[in-house]
Amino acid sequence: MAVRAQFENSNEIGVFAKLTNSYCLVAIGGSENFYSVFEAELKDVIPIVHTSIAGTRIIGRLCVGNRHGLLVPSTTTDQELQHLRNSLPDSVAIQRVEERLSALGNVIACNDYVALVHPDIDRETEEIIADVLKVEVFRQTIADNVLVGSYCSLSNQGGLVHPRTSIQDQDELSSLLQVPLVAGTVNRGSDVIGAGLLVNDWCAFAGLDTTSTELSVIEGIFKLQDNTQSAIVEDMRDSLVDSMV
Amino acid sequence: MEYKPDLIQQQILCCSCGTTIPPNPTNMCINCIRNQVDITEGIPKHATICFCRNCERYLQPPMLWVSCLLESRELLALCLKKLKGLNKVRLVDAGFIWTEPHSKRIKLKLTIQKEVFTSTILQQIFEVEFVVSHQQCDDCAKVMAQNTWKAMVQVRQKVDHKRTFLYLEQLIIKHSAHKDTINIKECKDGIDFYYGSRSHALKMLEFLTAITPLKSKASEQLISTDIHSGTSNYKFSYSVELVPICKDDLICLPPKVAKSMGNINPLGICYRIGNSVHVMDVNTLNVAEVSTQTYWRTPFSALASVKQLVEYYVLDVEPCGPVRGKYVLADIQVARSQDVGRNDTTFFARSHLGGILNPGDSVMGYDIASSNFNNDSFDALHRGSLPDVILIKKAYPAHRKRNRGRNWELQQLRKEEEDMAPRKQDQERIEQDYEMFLRDLEEDPELRATVNLYKSDKVKKDNDYAMADDESDFEEEDFPEIKLEELLDNLNLDDGPDNEDIDEEGESMMMD
Repeated sequence: MAVRAQFENSNEIGVFAKLTNSYCLVAIGGSENFYSVFEAELKDVIPIVHTSIAGTRIIGRLCVGNRHGLLVPSTTTDQELQHLRNSLPDSVAIQRVEERLSALGNVIACNDYVALVHPDIDRETEEIIADVLKVEVFRQTIADNVLVGSYCSLSNQGGLVHPRTSIQDQDELSSLLQVPLVAGTVNRGSDVIGAGLLVNDWCAFAGLDTTSTELSVIEGIFKLQDNTQSAIVEDMRDSLVDSMV
Repeated sequence: MEYKPDLIQQQILCCSCGTTIPPNPTNMCINCIRNQVDITEGIPKHATICFCRNCERYLQPPMLWVSCLLESRELLALCLKKLKGLNKVRLVDAGFIWTEPHSKRIKLKLTIQKEVFTSTILQQIFEVEFVVSHQQCDDCAKVMAQNTWKAMVQVRQKVDHKRTFLYLEQLIIKHSAHKDTINIKECKDGIDFYYGSRSHALKMLEFLTAITPLKSKASEQLISTDIHSGTSNYKFSYSVELVPICKDDLICLPPKVAKSMGNINPLGICYRIGNSVHVMDVNTLNVAEVSTQTYWRTPFSALASVKQLVEYYVLDVEPCGPVRGKYVLADIQVARSQDVGRNDTTFFARSHLGGILNPGDSVMGYDIASSNFNNDSFDALHRGSLPDVILIKKAYPAHRKRNRGRNWELQQLRKEEEDMAPRKQDQERIEQDYEMFLRDLEEDPELRATVNLYKSDKVKKDNDYAMADDESDFEEEDFPEIKLEELLDNLNLDDGPDNEDIDEEGESMMMD
C-alpha cells in the first residue's frame, strides 16, 4: 500500500523520516498529521521513533539502516544515540560512523541484503556497513550521480531509480541487487527519488505531489498491491505450499 | 573490433498521464506540459495598428510614421513591436500569413520558445491577428490644415542690401538646412523659416550660429493646455539678428573695443565674416577678431558698405614690405576713374591689395576725404591722420562691359513673398543686389567654393554671336574665371531654374 504524506508543506518526506522493515524514524517537531499517516500504517507492527540526529530534523538524509542495523553519523549526540538504543528493538544494531561524507542517507542506499554506496566512501565505513547492516557493499553511481542514496529507493522487492538511468545501468544494478528495478519519478516529475519516497517490504510513503501514475509505478515495482485472488494463486503459491509441506 | 554498446533509450512514464516517454527535465510528456503552462500567456492574440491612408504609412508608436509594404520586413518589425509580452519569450520565427489586402487584417505566425521549468524549453507556434485601423498622421493633418507651424526662426539683418541673405540662401541650399521647413517666407530685412517641430527650428538655429555671428532670442506662446495630463502646446519663435556688418564694409570700432583688440587702429575694413567679424587695419595689415559676444556688448554699425564704393584707376604700386597671407602692404597711387582725363587729382592709399593690383587696373575703394560719416567713434578720430582713400577690392570694368551672359546659375529657395508685391524701385534694387551678388561670386573664388553653382545653357546661343566681337575687347588676364569643373550638373535644365526640383522638395517638406 502506497500512501501520500507531507512534512510541513514539504513533499520531500524521505528527508524527514527513515523507514525499514523493522523500525521507522520520524523527525521531531512535525505536525500530528504527518505522524498519524505513519501510525495508521505501521502502528503495532514496528516501532515509530521520534528523534533528531545531530540536533537536526533531516534524519532521513543523515542516517541509513535496514532490518539488521542503523548507521548514524559521528555528529549524533550521545543523548540521541541513547534514545535510539532505548527505542529500537534489540535485534537492531546501532553504530556511529566516522565518515567524511556524513549525510549517510545520501551516500548509501540499501535493502536488507545489498548496499550501493558512494564511490568515494571510506574503506572502514564500507566495512562497518557490511558488518552492521549485514549486506554486500557495492560502490556504484546512478545515472552518473554519486549520491546513490538520493537518487534511488530500494526494498527487498524492487527498486526505483533516477529517470535518466540507462537500460544498461538498470540491468547492471538489478543484477547486483537481485531485485527488479525501474526508472521513475516521484512528486510530479521530481528525480530525487530517495528524498521523495520511503519504502519497505509492505508499504511505501511518497510526497503529497506524487501523481497516481507515479504511485502505480511505485506499487508495481515494490509489489505493494493488495494481494488479490490471482496473487494468491500465482505469487504466494510457492511460499504457501512451502510452509504447508 | 571496437565494442559498440547498442544503446536502448530508457523510457519512463509521464508523471501525470502515464504515457511512456524518454526522460526529460520535467519528466512529463509534451502534452501534459502544454496543458499545464501556456507560454503564449501574456502575448496578445489581437492587436491594432494604425495606418494613414493619405501617405500610406504605418504608425510606429509613439510618434513615428513609417512607410512599409505589406509582408515586408519593416511591417513585420512594426507588428512585433506591438506585441507587449514578446520580450519575455524567445522569438524563433515570425512570418506573415497571406490575407487579402483590403481585408484590413494582417496575420502573423509566430514561433516562440520559453523556459517553463528549469532547463525545460517549450516551443509553440501561434497566430496573431492585427486589425489595420485608419488614422490620419500628424503630417497629413498638418497639410490638410494649412499654416500649422510649431516653431519659427526669424532671421533679420538690419542693412540696406540683400547680399547676406542671398549668400545665406546659397549656404542653406548647399547644406540642405532647409529640408525640414514647412514654409519659408521672405519679409523686410530678412527671412522667416517655419517648422513643424521645435527641434527642427533649433537645428536651423544651430546651423546659423555655426556660420554667422548672430544674436538670438527665444520666445514661446501658449496655444493650449491640458490640465488633466499636464501637457501644454506652445508655439516657439526664435528671433535671430545677424550682425549688420558685411564683408568689405568700412568700419570704425568704438575706442574701447579697438583698445581691447591690441590697440588696433579703429578705422578698418571687415575682410571676412566667419563665426565672428574679422577686422583689418589696411595701414599695417593688423587684424582683429570681434567675437559675437564682444560685438553685442558694444554694437557698432558699418561706416560705409559696398554701395558707397567708388571706382579708382591705379597709377602706381609700390610694395612696402609686410605681407599677411595673400595680402601685401603697398603704397598705391590712384585717381578717381571719373576724374581721369578731367583733372590731375591723385590720391595715395596704403592698401592690402598690393599683391593683386598693377598700374592700369581698376579698383574699388571708399572715398574717405569727401565723405561725411555720421558716427561718434569716427568723429573722435584725428581728422589729419585719416587716409583719403581705402581700397577694398579689385574691379573688372572691362569684363563687365562685355556683358555676356553667364554659363552658370544658382538654385533658389522657394520662398513665399510678402503679401504686398514690392514697389517698382524695390524690384529694381532687388535685381541689382542679386547682380552684385553674382559678380561677387564671379570675382571671389573663395566665396564661390562655399556655394553650389549649376551649369546653365540659357546663354549658350547668346555667346555664339557674342564671340565675334570678343576678340576686339581686351580681357583682364587675371580675372578669376569660373571653370567648367566648378559647376554642378543641373538635373532639370528644361524647366527653367529648378522649379521642379524645389517643388518636389517643397512637397516632401509638407510630408515630413
